[in-house]
This record gives sequence, C-alpha cells and structure tokens, in this order.
Amino acid sequence: MSGRIARLVVALALALLAGTAPAGEIPTAERRSGYELMGRETRAMQDDDTANPGMLGVLEGEAAWARKNGAAGRACADCHGDARASMKGVAARYPALDAALKRPVNLEQRINLCRTERQQAPALAYESRELLALTAFVARQSRGVPIDVAADARTQPFLDAGRAAFYRRQGQLNLACNQCHDENWGKRLAGNPIPQAHPTGYPVYRLEWQSLGSLQRRLRGCLTGIRAEPYEYGAPELVDLELFLMWRARGMAMETPAVRP
Amino acid sequence: MANALVNVPPRARRGEIIEIKTLISHPMETGYRRSQLGATIPRDIIRLFVCTYNGTEVFRAELHPAIAANPFIVFSIVATESGTLAFQWTGDNGFSASESAAITVD
Repeated sequence: MSGRIARLVVALALALLAGTAPAGEIPTAERRSGYELMGRETRAMQDDDTANPGMLGVLEGEAAWARKNGAAGRACADCHGDARASMKGVAARYPALDAALKRPVNLEQRINLCRTERQQAPALAYESRELLALTAFVARQSRGVPIDVAADARTQPFLDAGRAAFYRRQGQLNLACNQCHDENWGKRLAGNPIPQAHPTGYPVYRLEWQSLGSLQRRLRGCLTGIRAEPYEYGAPELVDLELFLMWRARGMAMETPAVRP
Repeated sequence: MANALVNVPPRARRGEIIEIKTLISHPMETGYRRSQLGATIPRDIIRLFVCTYNGTEVFRAELHPAIAANPFIVFSIVATESGTLAFQWTGDNGFSASESAAITVD
C-alpha cells in the first residue's frame, strides 16, 4: 500500500516537473514584446513606415540586395529572386543550423557565408552599415511571422548552452539574464522599464544608438552593463544565446525593423 | 548615401490642410564629440531643409547640431492645386539630397 502511494507521489512529482518550466520562467500567456512597454510616441514611430527610421536601413538593404558583388559578379537577387517571396519567414527561423559548420549561425553570419561562398566577396564587418541594412531588409520580409526556430536533437546542445548562459550569474555585479528579464520585467531600471528580452524586432532602430543595431550589439551592451567582459561579435556563445532567446520567444510575431527607446 | 522617405497624401480636397512627413538618413554629427584618441570629430549636419509646392517655397527649416540623427520633419500645408511637392536637404561637406511627390487636388 505505502509502496503504491510512494510510486504515486514520485509520478506526481515527475509530472509536475515536466509541466513546469525552470523557476521564474515567464508563462506563455504573459509574454510581452518590448513594444508593449514602450511609450505611445515610440510605438507610433514603429507603426508608421514613413516615420520608422529603421525603414531607411531596409531601403538601403533593398538596394544592396539587387547590387552585383564580388568575383562571381552576382547579386543576392540573382539566386534568391524577389525577397518578398523568397525571404518571407526566413528571419523567424534564425539562428539556424549550418550543415557545413555543424553549428547554428545567425542571419548576419548566413548573409556573410553567402557573400564569401556564393558571391566570392569579402565578408561584411559586424555592425557595418551594409550588413545591418541587408539583415534588416531580409528580416523585414518576416514581419508578422511567428518565431519558429528549430529545437531538435541537432540544435539541442546549442540551445542548452544558450539556456545555461541565460541563467548563469556573471560579471562583477554577479547577475544572470533571468534575474532582470524573467523575475523583474516591467519594473524600472534607472527610469526605463525592464523588458522581457524577446528578440522580436532585430535589427532594431534604437533611439539611444541613433542607428540600427544587431541583437549581438544589444547582448554585448547587457554584458557590459553587468560588468562582464562581452564576447566578440560573432562568438559562438552569443549565437547560442541568440538561439535560446529566439526559442524563448517562439510563436511571437516578428516586428523588424522595431524601434526601441 | 542618402535615403529619404516622404509621405504626402496622394489626393486632397482644395483648401484642405494636409500633413507632410519626411525622414532622411543622415548621421547629424554634432562637431562637439571627440574620438577615442581625443581628436575632434568634425561637424557633419544637414543645415537646411526646404519644401517647394509647384516651385513656391512653402516650408523651410534650419537645422542645428542638437538635432538627432535621421531628422524626421513633419509639417502641414494647405492643398491649393495639383502638382509636385519638392523636398531639398542641404548640409555640410556638400551634402545634398532631393525627393519629390505628386499630389492631386480636386
């Protein structure tokens, strides 16, 4: 009899464990894009394509998409055609596994791989105007598409590494990402609301930066903020974290190019 | 490389007040900042924005260093006749950009 009860208790505990996320994770119904925490004026700026300064980057990216480049003399459009059709939903699936590298690459890295391998052109520098513009143009085609990164046996190790980074205390302030973004979202940090850290609108036009910026720029800013040494642009640790953040925001709609304060 | 976005309503009634929105890509470097080596970063801003309506100047703005990158200028005009609205931005280092939009007034 007591054996049965004990088995029942164990089964119940396992069921509870399986059903609940790690402590403090935001339930799906309570997830909010950073958009909802912004002021009315900033939201209006994002909603109006002629007021959204991120669209300037998208326009520039559209021109770069059609421009022939590199030793191969090919433009993005020569292989991929009309981005409106071919790139729809693509950004919502990145970072994605690269078969040759056997690890996930983000959208910027994918664009650079295309440049070096297909166009035989030099890779663009991270945060360079042209790379941000191309990324914004490609990601713009996914606006409204729900985020859906692959979470399978092949991406699991990278997803786990990203998750571990999110919950790891680091830096001189000894803070983990989740301590702000899971446990204290919506409260204020130096007058600004703390968002839930869902990367729905990257590359974003950040008013503080007065320019477009990538998710890695944001992550490096956060790391500096907790006085940890930031990883270099393109570091696998950052890509793993990007993958985890996108998985955490799965199902949320893409907003690129978003405007953030 | 100058990119500009203008938003002019394609149609309007005669005498109607219409809103014009313009956005242009520009760094608007103030000239007050210094590089990491201490050298002054030279000023690079848009100095003047002019809008003409069928050749007549209807709006003009002088821009100064305190204006943020990618200036977004919104103003209203009275729609009087069909024609073209032309926009001209000029600034430091020979910067010049122009854009135009057609409007039908009935």
